[in-house]
Amino acid sequence: MEKKKLTKYIVSMILAIIAIVIANIVLDNYKVRILNLCFIYIILGLSLNLIYGFTGLFSLGHAGFMAIGAYTVAILTMSQETKQMTYYMKPMVPFLESLNTPFLVAVIAGGLMAALFGFLIGAPVLKLTDDYLAIATLGFSEIIRIIIINMQSITNGALGLKGIPQKTNGTIMKFLNDNFDIGIKPSINLLWAGVASVVTIAFIYLLINSSYGKAFKAIREDEIAARSMGINLFKHKVLSFTIGSFFAGIGGGLLAVSLGTIDPTLFKFSLTWNIILIVVLGGMGNIKGTIVSACLVTIAMEALRFLDEPLKLGFMVTEAMPGLRMVVFSIILMAAVIFKRDDGSLKSALEKVRGRYAKN
Amino acid sequence: MSIQEFLQHLVNGTSLGSLYALLAIGYTLVYGILRLINFAHGEVFMLGAYIAYYGLTLTSLPWFVVFILASIFTGIIGVLLERLAYKPLRNSPKITNLISAIGASFLFQNLAIMLFSGRPKAFPAPDILTGVIIMRGVSINIISLIIPVVTVVLLVILNTVIKKTKTGMAMRALSKDYEAASLMGIDINMVVSFTFFVGSFLAAVGGVMWGIKYPQLLPAMGVMPGLKCFIAAVIGGIGNISGAVLGGFILGLGEIMLIAFLPTLTGYRDAFAFVLLIVILLIKPTGLLGEKTAEKV
Repeated sequence: MEKKKLTKYIVSMILAIIAIVIANIVLDNYKVRILNLCFIYIILGLSLNLIYGFTGLFSLGHAGFMAIGAYTVAILTMSQETKQMTYYMKPMVPFLESLNTPFLVAVIAGGLMAALFGFLIGAPVLKLTDDYLAIATLGFSEIIRIIIINMQSITNGALGLKGIPQKTNGTIMKFLNDNFDIGIKPSINLLWAGVASVVTIAFIYLLINSSYGKAFKAIREDEIAARSMGINLFKHKVLSFTIGSFFAGIGGGLLAVSLGTIDPTLFKFSLTWNIILIVVLGGMGNIKGTIVSACLVTIAMEALRFLDEPLKLGFMVTEAMPGLRMVVFSIILMAAVIFKRDDGSLKSALEKVRGRYAKN
Repeated sequence: MSIQEFLQHLVNGTSLGSLYALLAIGYTLVYGILRLINFAHGEVFMLGAYIAYYGLTLTSLPWFVVFILASIFTGIIGVLLERLAYKPLRNSPKITNLISAIGASFLFQNLAIMLFSGRPKAFPAPDILTGVIIMRGVSINIISLIIPVVTVVLLVILNTVIKKTKTGMAMRALSKDYEAASLMGIDINMVVSFTFFVGSFLAAVGGVMWGIKYPQLLPAMGVMPGLKCFIAAVIGGIGNISGAVLGGFILGLGEIMLIAFLPTLTGYRDAFAFVLLIVILLIKPTGLLGEKTAEKV
């Protein structure tokens, strides 16, 4: 890469991190929480986009890898007392009970665990294509969930894990309050998820522009042509799948920390579906699109919460209709796919609108 | 295990297998013609059960009329689903269709939560069907005996339709070679609609009988059976009707027998289907009765 370009990227990364720090201080707790979720969904969206958008492997197993990351992080960061309190049905394996690592180590371990499972699952399953691959990965993700439900002495089964320590910016805020008298309350520390998402974006960007990325795209476009050009299909597919699982594990771990409690029902297929929504709306193989749509979907999920409550339409008030919000989201996804012209992304929709205005 | 217990498990497994077979046929018919996993098929099954529930509680029609009307109505929903969600995408890549199907499945599930509420509903099954027969120490639910009979009758009818009628011949032609068939003057839209009607009708019959056997209706009740029946269709060789029936019975009997012989694995009951799927896909990706097709370049 040219030196000028490199400095440009490093400067924009530093600016992004500074922006995150400022946002963390200025915004209130609720907004910080949503922003935190945006960052996590950026990581998750990009990881699925690498597998699906860039390499063309339709995997429906993302929730399973997120579950592995989430449980690893939770088990590694919870204190021994919390674990003893949480595992009241069946005591935890003593070795794991005393195990406790710093947060950064735990998140990376979560990613590595997910990558290991991604590799073990990917190696046999990636011989399949298209919808068979989709169903097999979905099957694995369900198997992971069922194993988590049944391994009570490690994962606490269906009861889930509570009291995962949250990462707050208490110390920074205390410092600021002591010195500048601005009187704001501490909130979640955005830096963890923020830096993780910046690093993910940079990594995926570099990967896609490397020779590996070119091979991934070639596989997506035409497997047979790619094979005849000397690309090792299996190696590249497994690589893409494993890297994607790694980031899914990181995203899952950060999600577990931001939620504070996790249980197996969280990692049902609907979680994978949210991420598919992000990737489809953002555009297959489009990094910027994924970032924008991850933020839009996360904010919309929050902003449209009023749909589940009683609606006031002028003079009449409808009854509360739980489920309406997800109905709206399903319709958005289907409309995006059905009325698309090339890839169903927001970008192509915008271009269409722009084209219409240009004509007149 | 005593012989009585074994017989009881056998009956249970057979009736579960019949239900799976009914659902698996819907997947296999649609896949055979459109090469599409109809992800929303499990939700069609759920809708069938709910429509029968409302038919029984809101109208005073006799139960068998309600069941038949509910199945026909669900069949029409299946046709509409195809028209709205799959037809516009007929020439798009497979994956686009699959995403639309997943979207449709979530749409149905959330519509059900919205309209029927997320709380479980008890299925008001007619008394005649809920009794228990005790024969030489083997107690058997009547419905567990009725389910295989109904399934076999429907299978015979379906087989006649596909082998003897013109529409059936068109279906077979389409599944052999979609493009050549469309050039021969077959009305594709009509045949596809008919296929969806048959698949959804059978799913609704399955849903109603499921509701009688396990009398609790939930908006998410179609998810697991839907996935498992797709697996059944894959195990038998997708696109092949006898394969779907075989797969359904293997899965239903296997699941019940697994729990019966190895009670410690009860928690892993739902994993059985997925493990079987992955083993089959890795050993014989075309399924037990599937034909091997060469990859065209």
